[in-house]
Amino acid sequence: MLDVQNLSMRFGGLLAVDQVSLDVQEHEIVSVIGPNGAGKTTVFNCLSGFYKPTGGKIVFEGQEVQGKPDYKISRLGMVRTFQHVRLFNQMSVVENLLVAQHRHLNTNLLSGLIKTPNYREREQKSLDRAAYWLNRVGLLDLANRDAGNLAYGQQRRLEIARCMVTEPKLLMLDEPAAGLNPAETKDLNQLIVSLKEDYHVSVLLIEHDMSLVMDISDRITVINQGRPLASGTPSEVRENDDVIKAYLGEA
Amino acid sequence: MIAHNFKHALFCAVVTMVVAYPILGLNLVARGTRVGLEGADTTTLIAIFVAAVVVFAFQLYRDTLMAALGKMPKLNPLAHREPMPQAKRVKMESWVLTGIIVLALFWPFFVSRGSVDLATLVLIYVMLALGLNVVVGLAGLLDLGYVAFYAVGAYTFALLSQYMGISFWMALPLGALLAALFGLVLGFPVLRLRGDYLAIVTLGFGEIIRILLNNWTAVTGGPNGIGGIPEPTLFGMEFGRRVKEEGNTSFHETFGIAYSGEHKVIFLYLIALVLAVITALVIRRLMRMPVGRAWEALREDEIAARSLGLSRTAVKLSAFTIGAFFAGFAGTVFASKQGFISPESFVFLESAIILAIVVLGGMGSQLGVVLAAIAVTILPELAREFSDYRMLVFGAAMVLMMVWRPQGLMPMRRAHIELKRQE
Repeated sequence: MLDVQNLSMRFGGLLAVDQVSLDVQEHEIVSVIGPNGAGKTTVFNCLSGFYKPTGGKIVFEGQEVQGKPDYKISRLGMVRTFQHVRLFNQMSVVENLLVAQHRHLNTNLLSGLIKTPNYREREQKSLDRAAYWLNRVGLLDLANRDAGNLAYGQQRRLEIARCMVTEPKLLMLDEPAAGLNPAETKDLNQLIVSLKEDYHVSVLLIEHDMSLVMDISDRITVINQGRPLASGTPSEVRENDDVIKAYLGEA
Repeated sequence: MIAHNFKHALFCAVVTMVVAYPILGLNLVARGTRVGLEGADTTTLIAIFVAAVVVFAFQLYRDTLMAALGKMPKLNPLAHREPMPQAKRVKMESWVLTGIIVLALFWPFFVSRGSVDLATLVLIYVMLALGLNVVVGLAGLLDLGYVAFYAVGAYTFALLSQYMGISFWMALPLGALLAALFGLVLGFPVLRLRGDYLAIVTLGFGEIIRILLNNWTAVTGGPNGIGGIPEPTLFGMEFGRRVKEEGNTSFHETFGIAYSGEHKVIFLYLIALVLAVITALVIRRLMRMPVGRAWEALREDEIAARSLGLSRTAVKLSAFTIGAFFAGFAGTVFASKQGFISPESFVFLESAIILAIVVLGGMGSQLGVVLAAIAVTILPELAREFSDYRMLVFGAAMVLMMVWRPQGLMPMRRAHIELKRQE
């Protein structure tokens, strides 16, 4: 469903991403790994439209999306989370999920002002969907708290729930396990697999936690210094000499 | 501590003297055809000296004084109470507001004409501040040229009535819509800017509108302004002593009561009241709608909002346009109240005052903004006896307010949408 060909991103004299290609098929979890500063997040920013890539093609469900504005890409069904959690801190947990359903809601000003039955019905539907996802990630009890007051692990889960209420086809997670303890990482592991199995969402994942990556990924792409280094199944990547060199240094 | 502050305090005192002497002490005096310079007289010198001593003393004990000021909230018995549950708070707030509105409906019949006139002005500022509150408080866009939209509303009515004889009730929606259109047109190029840059561009826009009105003499009458703006009518009944327009009747004759100039003032006040209430209700509703949530989401974290499919331009433009719409409302009422408008009424100071009302009231809080609008409009009137020192008193009050309660009179407590348990 997602096909990236020869993606390049140049900042002045710095070539942050150089000819990276990767693809994600339906019903698949693909991970992007690489040492710090390898350009993984830059790839993500290009895919989600925050950067305009300086070269290459991004095709999502048969449509070229490189250079499109971020909100349009998101509306096509490619939704991302962030390396540092970005919630609407002063809004309540459930409101965070309502904002995410903005484009599904009736945004007609007049029908909202006079509260037409149609408007109420949609508002109720979006509340129900929010409640469903809060229950799914185990935050239903905290629904009316300010999002900023949640514990870090809970904020991470809320961010994923916030993406899921937009009904994405491809979920892009940028280091979702960063800052989580082993137990939380295990829960996250199960959550991501369940998203794929139960909700038919493909996942593109950036992660440093190797146990998570190796456990759940169907395929892995390794990037080093902006260049693609290797790609394949977890066991293939684990055996790859170049990858071992890049991670452990040359002996 | 005091020893440490001594040098600083001495420096401040010297600066006070150096600055104050040329400004207060030196006078230009006309001697025949020439202009002479006169030194300060003894009283001024003594005053400057006293001022320097006051500054010296304040700076010397500054830390102690400011700490004491910081403790002031403890004098407020409500400062440390438990926050009310949301349902109860919303209920109480709506009761208080209803009470205020009912009181405001009957109040003008018992007071003097001057007070009603002033109250109308307060209501105009309430409308303006509620509108700006959407832009600054909710959407987080610092708009320093808000007065431009107010001017557009006022001039729309003035020009349409002058050239096409359009009445107040026709002009009211037209003025508001035209102001909204200006908001939309201005919004397009500037909304990719943020923070300080946005503030500067909006400031420039405000000035452009004012200068345009000032210099386009052929149409707007330039600095002479436009007079003879008609008053609103009640179902074709005029409030003047004699009927001006063909086909209209006069209010006092229809009801068989003696003519009184107060009828007109009270009628205008009631119109302003109704419009202000409508403004408040509409914005209150908007805050709880998807649009309102989008405004706040964009203020909280623009990048996250965009990643969820919110269009930055659409959301910001809607805030800008709706804010401008209510400014247009207020402008039309203002033009009708004054009967005469000139660019003089739409200077930057107006924008600053409206912004001050929003900040003083507590950004995003409607009740706070209403209270602040009352305070800011009435205080200078009460302080009229101090005439020259009016602005000084006003400024000092603002400084104290910001030190003592930087979050505003009634800081916004967001009315969350609560998820009800369906067990």
